[in-house]
This record gives sequence, structure tokens and C-alpha cells, in this order.
Amino acid sequence: MERQKISEKFSELREKKEGALICYVMAGDPSAEKTGEIVKALVNGGADIIELGFPFSDPVADGPTIQVAGQRSLAAGMDTQRYFELIKTLDVGIPLVCMTYYNPVFRYGVEKFVEKAADAGISGLIVPDIPVEEAADLKNSCEKHGLDLIFLIAPTTTEGRIQKILERGSGFLYLVSRLGVTGAREDVSSSTRELLSRVETGLPKAVGFGISTGEQAAEVRDAGADAVIVGSAFVKIIDEGTDVNERLEALAKELKSGIRRAS
Amino acid sequence: MKNGQTGKVKGKYGKYGGQYVPEVLMPALEELEEGYERYKNDPEFLAELDHYLRDFAGRETPLYFARNLSKKYGSKIYLKREDLVHGGAHKLNNAIGQALLAKYMGKTRLIAETGAGQHGTATAMAGANLGFETVVYMGAKDVKRQQMNAYRMELMGTEVVPVETGSKTLKDAINEAFRDWVTNIENTHYLIGSVVGPHPYPVIVRDFQSVIGREVKKQILQKEGRMPDSIIACAGGGSNAMGIFYPFIEDKDVKLIAVEAGGKALKCTEKAALHSASLCAGEEGILHGARTKILQDKNGQILESESVSAGLDYSGVGPELAYLSDIGRVTARYATDDEALEAFHELSRHEGIIPALESSHALAYLKKASEAGELGEVVVVNLSGRGDKDLETVLSLRGGI
Repeated sequence: MERQKISEKFSELREKKEGALICYVMAGDPSAEKTGEIVKALVNGGADIIELGFPFSDPVADGPTIQVAGQRSLAAGMDTQRYFELIKTLDVGIPLVCMTYYNPVFRYGVEKFVEKAADAGISGLIVPDIPVEEAADLKNSCEKHGLDLIFLIAPTTTEGRIQKILERGSGFLYLVSRLGVTGAREDVSSSTRELLSRVETGLPKAVGFGISTGEQAAEVRDAGADAVIVGSAFVKIIDEGTDVNERLEALAKELKSGIRRAS
Repeated sequence: MKNGQTGKVKGKYGKYGGQYVPEVLMPALEELEEGYERYKNDPEFLAELDHYLRDFAGRETPLYFARNLSKKYGSKIYLKREDLVHGGAHKLNNAIGQALLAKYMGKTRLIAETGAGQHGTATAMAGANLGFETVVYMGAKDVKRQQMNAYRMELMGTEVVPVETGSKTLKDAINEAFRDWVTNIENTHYLIGSVVGPHPYPVIVRDFQSVIGREVKKQILQKEGRMPDSIIACAGGGSNAMGIFYPFIEDKDVKLIAVEAGGKALKCTEKAALHSASLCAGEEGILHGARTKILQDKNGQILESESVSAGLDYSGVGPELAYLSDIGRVTARYATDDEALEAFHELSRHEGIIPALESSHALAYLKKASEAGELGEVVVVNLSGRGDKDLETVLSLRGGI
């Protein structure tokens, strides 16, 4: 199936005056076969973009939920080759984004990794441990192969750095809603609002870290986000292992309706 | 190009070094760099640091002529006695330096991670003395193996957090410390214990540890009237090695030898290395914020490392050391667990000094290289720490007294 580009997805949603739901799950958790069903459930629930994590043994930006998912995926035999093969088999038309850490990319070869990702139908890359200053090689390869390189902006990011990131980012901007690592939280921090107002850009603004309910999604959308990113809440359902596909679909529906309800 | 810095890009040593961290940490690294640049030549800061190093840590440490060992190996062997620093290892030089810097920068909380407990203990001592709230992350496995060290830290008011994720050892404790830092960045200084991590840490730790090499330079001139032919230091992350080597980098006739932990053998299984020798057998990659030599599989997953010495048991090495090794200024070698244990007993028996298992690797290489006649006439070995902490380990390996 031909997959959409990230920019196409956002213009489609803009016409509908709708916010995007971006769902994160770890590829290969608990197995490569199950990932196909999981992705389908998320699409049925209303996912607009799916981030598929490629596991790394030492994920410093992630909380325990996603770290454990990565360990399960690695234990089930996930490696770079299998990851790209899995992506190719996924029967979805929406954009897929690869989220991983820099060492697996570097080790495989930056150029080769990006080329294979593009070939497998990946639309964008998120590498949370590579700040703009170190990202030149990756950026060049992404431009060459038509992939978006998505950067993160944190509440601590200074104005000067925001400008540097805006110059180099594409696809969408990943705004980290609060200090800390990934993981579901109970409230949406006020720093989200502040951060959204600090970042002026034509790129879509996606807010992530700590969002797990429709209520929070609506709040974030109301605060001016173009998209809401949810990861740990989905990964937790996969971790619990009961009625996984039904519950993933239901949560995606709840989140998407929260996003629709807003504004 | 001076002393391993290219001068073009900050924090780079050739292709190594850099800052590979989540965006949320970048401002903290910038703040730390500014703070360090501001205070590193500040007379008040330096006077206070000097006071702590002298009266709290017990510097300067002796450069001891090891008469019996010298006789045995037929050269003049000197031991730099970092085992006599308060706490029993060189770790306090850096912990005091960084804690003082954090205080000048207005931070109120210190976090650190520790494997064997030496760096954790040094951080606990500095934290207690300078009035910080202190938290130390330690792999759950290491807490069990090193109960006394965990208790020492608690006695000094430090909260010891056992880390249950991953392999439950040092690299997982480092990940956990990064997470804490990401969350509490406003009031917290992450006190990294070796010349690893993102810029500016490798520079800061090296500079605070360079006091070792500066003292050696002065002391050897007094004792021998000339530079040593060789300097040997063990290297896990590499802070005692960089500390003693750095002031000698420009002295091209002085051979600098970093001895890594060869563990059981220089081999790997699918998931783990049987050693901790990143310079000798690692490959270029990115770990804990820096590009350096690391132990990894073909997919870029980090391999667990192994060594009889918990302080050397790490999957990476400092980026500057990787660079110096690449350009041939530092010679990287290794000693196995068995060789280190033999050296541990030898020094205890011949000189009445029980060395840390880390330092025993340097001593083991001293023995090998002396026999091969590679070291020259005057040799300095950095005795980075004392072995009291390792008695249980050694005893259990021997199966009791």
C-alpha cells in the first residue's frame, strides 16, 4: 500500500479542521507478528500517524514502560533487518515514523539506515538523543531519501535553540510537555501551554510525554497543539496482555474523540 | 591542535566526544559549561578547592618508591598513592571539584551513579561535607554485592536507590541517573564520576583528576631529576588514567599505557562481552552522551561487560582516551581477571599495600611488560585505589580463608 507523507496527512487534517492522533508502540513487542495486529487496531481506532519504536538497550529518554517493551522486543529477536522487513509488511496507508536512538542508526550506517527506512515505507525519523548540533549527517541522508527528521523541543529549550531546531526540523515538531521521561501522568502540565505559545512555526506542533486520556488530549489540542502523541498508555496495554487489540482500539478512539471534541 | 582537542568544535577529540543527549538536557550542559568556564580560573574557587583537596582529601599523595617490586623487576618502580586519598581512591578529587562547582552554580541537589561504590562514596562524602541533598543510583545487583559501600553512603546521609531495570548494574544505574536529571534539572547537578558522558563532562573530570599527574611530574623530578620512561594506569571509563596522563601528553618521550579489564577473555557471547576492554576490542559508537569506543553487537545494542573489578566493569571508555589511543599517544593493553588477582596478591605480599582490583590490572601489566623489557628504567604506576573494598570478592573467589 502506498503510504502518505507526513505533510500530506497534516494538510488533509487541516482541511477537516481536525487534530492528529500520533500513536507510539514498540515494533516487535511482544512479537513481530503481533505488531501487525496492533498497528491495525490503532488505525481502526483513528490513529493518523504511527511511530514504531526500534528498540535500544539503553534508552535514556524513555521511562520504564517503554524500556521494558524494548527489552521484550529485543528478547523476541528484533534487529535492524527484521525491523525493516516488518515495516514493509504493514498494511496501512498512514505515515509511519521510526523512533530509535542514535547508536543503532550509527552502527548500521547512517546513510544505509535512512535508505532502508525509506525503502521500507518509513516517512520520518525521531532520534531523541541527537540534538541539532550533532545531526548534520542524519539530516543530509534524510533529505536525500525524502524522510522527515523530527526534532524535540523541551520546556528547558532556550529561544536560541528553538530557532536552530526550527531551521532544521521537518514533518512536525515534537514538543515535550514536561520535564522528565516518557510515561503516563495524571495531569497535563501548564508548561504545555507556555511551550506551545513560545514556538512559532509553520510546522505542525505535536505534544507528547505524559498524555493517556481523551480529556488530556482535548486539553492539549485546546492549548493549540496540531497533534497529540501517546505512547506509554498503549505500551502498557500491550504489557498487560489481555484483550490487547480491543483495548488499543478503544483507547485510540477515546483519544481521537477528545482531539475532535476540542476547539 | 593541543592536548587532544581539535579546537574546531567544542568537546570533540578527533571524531570522538560531542553531546548526544535528549534536548531537555542541552541547556543544562550549556549551563554547566558556562559555570565551569567561569569558575575554573576563579581564585576564590581554586583556593577553596585547594583547601578541600589538602585538608579533607589528604593531598598531596606520596609518590612511593616500591623497593621490593623494583628489585624483582629490575627497574625503578614508583607507585602514585591515590589509595591514600580520603575514601580510599582517586574518586574524591573529582567529586569534591564538581560538588564545589555545583555549589558555586547554586545547585542544591547532587545525583550520581556508582558500580562498586567508590564514586558513590566519594559523592556522598562531598555531598555531606558541602551540604547537598544527595542521591546515588546503584544497580540492584551491585547493592547486594557491595552492601558495606551502600551502608557507608547512607551513613553520610545519601539516599541509595537500587536500580531494578535492565542488567541491574552500572550502565542501568547511569540510565536511571540520566532520567532523574532530566526530571529535576532545575536544582540538580549530575556528578559524573569518570571522563565519560557528553561534553563538558570529559573535560571537567579530566581537569579535576589532573592533579594526580601534576603532582607526579613535580615528585618524579625531585626524586629522579627527570621524566619517567613509562606511566601505567588502569582504565574503565578512564578517569585515573586521564588524570595521571594529561599533564604528560606533550612529553612525547613518556610512554603512557592504559590497562583495561580483559575479564575472562577478550571474547564476546551474543549478549555480553566477557571483558570490559573498550579501547582494545570495542568499536565506535554512541553511549551515554558521547561518541567513543564501546562494546556493542552488530545492531548497535550495548553489550554487558564483565570484570572481576566492578570499577572497570563498563561498556564504554572516555572519548579523549579513545582519541589518544587512536593516534598512538596512549597505548591500550589489557590484563585478565586472573592476572589482576595475581598482581593483587603480589603487591600485598611484597610491599604491604593491598591494591584495589582496578589498580591490580595496571600492576599486572607492569609485571608482563617488565618481563618483556618494554617499560624503560623509571616507571610510575597509578595506584588508583586501595583494596579493602575488594577483600570479600577476592575471598569468595578463593573459596574462603
